[in-house]
Amino acid sequence: MTEPLYSLSISQLAPLLARGEVSPVEVTARLLERIKERNGELNAYLTVDEAGALEQAREAEACLGRGEAASLTGIPLALKDVMVTRGLRTTCASKILENFIPPFDATVVARLRREGAVILGKANMDEFAMGSSTENSAYGPTHNPWNREYIPGGSSGGSAAAVAADLCIASLGSDTGGSIRQPASHCGVVGLKPTYGRVSRYGLVAYASSLDQIGPLTKEVRDAAILLNTIAGHDPKDSTSVPQAAADYTEALGREIHGLKIGVPREYFGHGLDPEVEAAIRAALKTLAGLGADLIEVSLPHTEYAVATYYVVAVAEASSNLARYDGVKYGFRAEGKNLMETYLNTRTQGFGAEVRRRIMLGTYTLSAGYYDAYYKKGSQVRALIRSDFETAFKACHLIACPVSPTPAFRLGEKLADPLTMYLSDIFTISANLAGIPGISVPCGFSSQGLPIGLQLLGPAFGEAEILQAAYAFEQATDFHRRKPPF
Amino acid sequence: MALSREEVLHVAELARLSLRPAEIEIFTRQLNDILAYVEKLQELDTTGVAPLAHVIPICNAFREDEVREGLSLDLALENAPAREDDNFLVPRVI
Repeated sequence: MTEPLYSLSISQLAPLLARGEVSPVEVTARLLERIKERNGELNAYLTVDEAGALEQAREAEACLGRGEAASLTGIPLALKDVMVTRGLRTTCASKILENFIPPFDATVVARLRREGAVILGKANMDEFAMGSSTENSAYGPTHNPWNREYIPGGSSGGSAAAVAADLCIASLGSDTGGSIRQPASHCGVVGLKPTYGRVSRYGLVAYASSLDQIGPLTKEVRDAAILLNTIAGHDPKDSTSVPQAAADYTEALGREIHGLKIGVPREYFGHGLDPEVEAAIRAALKTLAGLGADLIEVSLPHTEYAVATYYVVAVAEASSNLARYDGVKYGFRAEGKNLMETYLNTRTQGFGAEVRRRIMLGTYTLSAGYYDAYYKKGSQVRALIRSDFETAFKACHLIACPVSPTPAFRLGEKLADPLTMYLSDIFTISANLAGIPGISVPCGFSSQGLPIGLQLLGPAFGEAEILQAAYAFEQATDFHRRKPPF
Repeated sequence: MALSREEVLHVAELARLSLRPAEIEIFTRQLNDILAYVEKLQELDTTGVAPLAHVIPICNAFREDEVREGLSLDLALENAPAREDDNFLVPRVI
């Protein structure tokens, strides 16, 4: 073995574990050691569960010994700290949940445990998943392993950085407006946002319930398919999870993409797109064409309204969802003279600036007299955005485009101007509004050595095709093999 | 429709938040910037477009009304900042 254990992917590690060539305890201990040594440089983890992880690794070892291996037995993973884990602190990177110990597991966590995964700890994020840089964490920002002066993207920045820096084998994040795909792109890893309803949201701390979706961040495309196999499926505990059975998402990997029609949306290549990103995407399109895909131009005419729509819909849902943090049932409480003052003090001291800004925006846009102008209007434009995709997917199987208009920006660069930060999500937000799946796969590097991701979008429940095309692209290139200088 | 300082304070109160004096001006400016940007939506004619609140065609996900085990009282109260017996404890309301 030339490569260190911690740098392996799921699909590389699983056969070694199954054959008994390495033990789950050995891998887990090695990762815990690496996290202890190196996490301080990145702040990718908020909580590391050393004892719990070693305990799970020992159980995995016993399972393997009995010949009872499941698909993830002994695979050490990181979870974005927005998924509740029984007995393990879950903060959402907020002060208001600083000491929250969930009494139950999110459905995705229960499914990972059932498949034998080892949970190393909880990854840093923007507070309540609100942000694009992981700078909104109450516990300090995460740094990009490719260059520590740059943001890792967000809001699943800790999950993406942990995967890129080999501080875990793979991880889960959540994506409300690009929060899996954008950090995956900025950290040079694979990130998949499934179709809305494909993965249960039970136990995912709610930000914007009609947009939130959990998905994998991984070192290679095959791993994203493997994790999706575990987490996808109907859950009676989430009334918005879809009843249709999930597929085996690894099945289509390796199938050729000859004749696949890939739409290139003309609105995604205009003003504001960094020339280096554009060049990387154009080169990626050429690679796809070289693999036999037919590229056709498509139009998504309402693209320029996506960010505005999102900031109406998401903040409205957020203001309602975050009303639950009242200092009464769980979480932080700041005492006041009376109940009203307790609410005010708790929420003012417990929430960071971005969270308070979005709660206030949502409160305002839903308030009497403004509902029609904002929330209703936004929901109508959302329908137009979805219908753009429905029209486009009549002409093509998949859409290929950039994930983010620029490579990762510098820490602090956009912190003072929330609107500029919001606009950096222009290419990812539409998929959440339309409910469709999307993946980011490494497709190049900027002249400064920062990763660039290619986004592939599919129609609802088109995960298998997205993964097939992403895999074909990955196998034809070697961007995913490069490791950060970390 | 720009928000005044008073409106910002009112919205904060509705949201059960209070703003530190130094924040009032910043929040007023930032909220107005975002609302001005969102005004962009008014460019579109959406007459007759049905609002989309939910993207998947699921309506009324019913299940049998059967008794099941839930969280125990102790587990449900375990994270309470203050409790008394089987209750959440809050400051006196009346």
